[in-house]
Amino acid sequence: MSSSVAFAKAQAEDRAALVGYLPAGFPSYRGAIEAAKAMVEAGCDAVEIGLPYTDPMMDGPTIQDAVHRALTGGIRVADVLRTVEAVAATGVPVLVMTYWNPVDRYGVEAFARDLKSAGGVGLITPDLTPEEADPWLAASDAHDLDRVFLVALSSTDERIAKIVDVCRGFVYAASLMGVTGTRSAVDTGAPGLVERTRRILARRGPDAPTLPVGLGLGVSNGAQAAEVAGFADGVIVGSAFVRRLLDAPDEKAGIQAVREFAAELAEGVRRGA
Amino acid sequence: MTIDAARGAASDSVNLPDPDGRFGRFGGRFAPEALMAALDALTREFEAAKADPAFTRELEELLAGYAGRPSLLTEARRFAEHAGGARILLKREDLNHTGSHKINNVLGQALLTRRMGKRRLIAETGAGQHGVATATAAALLGLDCTVYMGEIDTERQALNVARMRMLGAEVVPVKTGSRTLKDACNEAFRDWVATVEDTHYCIGSVMGPHPFPMMVRDFQRIIGVEARRQVLELTGRLPDAVVACVGGGSNAIGVFHAFIPDEGVRLYGFEAGGDGVETGRHAATLVGGSLGVIHGMRTFLLQDEDGQTLETHSVSAGLDYPGVGPEHSWLHDTGRAVYRAITDAEAMEAFALLCRTEGIIPAIESAHALAGALKVGRELGEDAVIVVCLSGRGDKDMHTAAQWFGLITGEEGTR
Repeated sequence: MSSSVAFAKAQAEDRAALVGYLPAGFPSYRGAIEAAKAMVEAGCDAVEIGLPYTDPMMDGPTIQDAVHRALTGGIRVADVLRTVEAVAATGVPVLVMTYWNPVDRYGVEAFARDLKSAGGVGLITPDLTPEEADPWLAASDAHDLDRVFLVALSSTDERIAKIVDVCRGFVYAASLMGVTGTRSAVDTGAPGLVERTRRILARRGPDAPTLPVGLGLGVSNGAQAAEVAGFADGVIVGSAFVRRLLDAPDEKAGIQAVREFAAELAEGVRRGA
Repeated sequence: MTIDAARGAASDSVNLPDPDGRFGRFGGRFAPEALMAALDALTREFEAAKADPAFTRELEELLAGYAGRPSLLTEARRFAEHAGGARILLKREDLNHTGSHKINNVLGQALLTRRMGKRRLIAETGAGQHGVATATAAALLGLDCTVYMGEIDTERQALNVARMRMLGAEVVPVKTGSRTLKDACNEAFRDWVATVEDTHYCIGSVMGPHPFPMMVRDFQRIIGVEARRQVLELTGRLPDAVVACVGGGSNAIGVFHAFIPDEGVRLYGFEAGGDGVETGRHAATLVGGSLGVIHGMRTFLLQDEDGQTLETHSVSAGLDYPGVGPEHSWLHDTGRAVYRAITDAEAMEAFALLCRTEGIIPAIESAHALAGALKVGRELGEDAVIVVCLSGRGDKDMHTAAQWFGLITGEEGTR
């Protein structure tokens, strides 16, 4: 399976796909699995499971806080793969979002093999660009995994062309210049980036595989989801989910809040279409 | 390694990194896509500036008329009595304006910032030396400045926090992770991703994504260029060894680089051994680390089996870092330089010894190089000539030293 399945399903319903992120191991190993399943039940089309890392250079305070707690709680890479397996049982595509060092340390080929056997569909790699990705390109080919690289507002057309050339599954467009976290408004440059990426994708000709464009960073409510759904193929939401778990009085209430928020966003992507 | 291979590696080193920023299998650019355009632009601008006589002249004028270069090469005769009869020559980076080698790099990057039309500098700092140097250059060139510093370091280097604030910089204590240098780096990168349009991240060591390891080295290599000339003038020959402390490794690369083609000159880097490498409480990356990716570069680092960065320990805030510049990993791999660990206790002993034999108070970072020089001197024996990079002065370390040695009445020494 590929994450493109989720985008195709959404497209068939004439709407954008909803992709939800949560780190493994937070609020607990079990709690993360339950929260991710709740996301799916309430309407997420695909799930990103974050691999907690000590130095999350691209994350704002909310996700930093959550992954710090996950690590303090003793989460290991093997637990992340078990989390993927449990969430993949829901039937939606599950990707792992990870900084590069844990994969490098595990062994790129071994990680690809074990991710595949856990039922994961691929990786999103926020600090890996195509220039440094040779081992991952080979391993993801060997195990038929998605490789989702990011494009940014600052990316030149040449760079976007190079990036979409190696992406599989979808392209992750970072909607703003900055780290993860909720924002009160979607950056005005975001539609332009999606448009530019699509234009460059179109140049690849009719035989190139379809590559939807998902937009992430900063989306914090149903109205913003609807706005993004108006111009992107997918809406990616992370920090706002994590925030609900952080703010809840207990795990059960947190999972319920995640469920309700996913439903709000699912309604948003349908409204935006 | 055969002699030919070593010779090949040695001469290659001078021409590294390759255009992708790689020193052999080290270095490169593991950075978020949002920064790639800025890193490309910085690489182009740096190459253009190096080729521009006006830029070179302005930097040379600042180094001479503002920073106080060339720095002295001082023979430490009484200190050398403890080093097996070797001659010890101190490259006095402590005498530079702001009190360390950091100013060499910062003046270069600050001029580059202005050349790129950016108006704000950000920096990470451990001991505070790089932060002070950056705040200084920002004041001199009229740039805004924000310095990220781990909360633990703001406590043990409070004097430098006050210095930076006096110079007009905003100092942000970083409260995440281990609250030391690596977390300050993370926070500076987070700032930069959001502000890259008008802000330059002035990285303080030979680390980070390409072009930083190359650019910082090129700004610091003046240390070795001067030292090589000075030691020839003073002794009529090249030294037997060049010695420096290594955290990220900028003073070490600075003093090593001009000597790399001189095959008879041994190069020694001394890392922070903390309580001893065997205790796990240390920051000796090359001695006790493994290959991985951190802060945008492939290099040796201290990590667990899951690739999580380990907490480090050193009495010296400036060496308390779990990674090391990729060029050091390359020099370590090829064997051109040798890296060893110095414990906190050994460093503090050398710190006291230099104070009392030479009337020079070194930075605790530099004291690791001094402790190393004592060992190398005893190994190489009489008449060996050893150049030691005295990377900074120790005024900022008086609180730590007073606690260590129990110097302040009413305050118990920690040892």
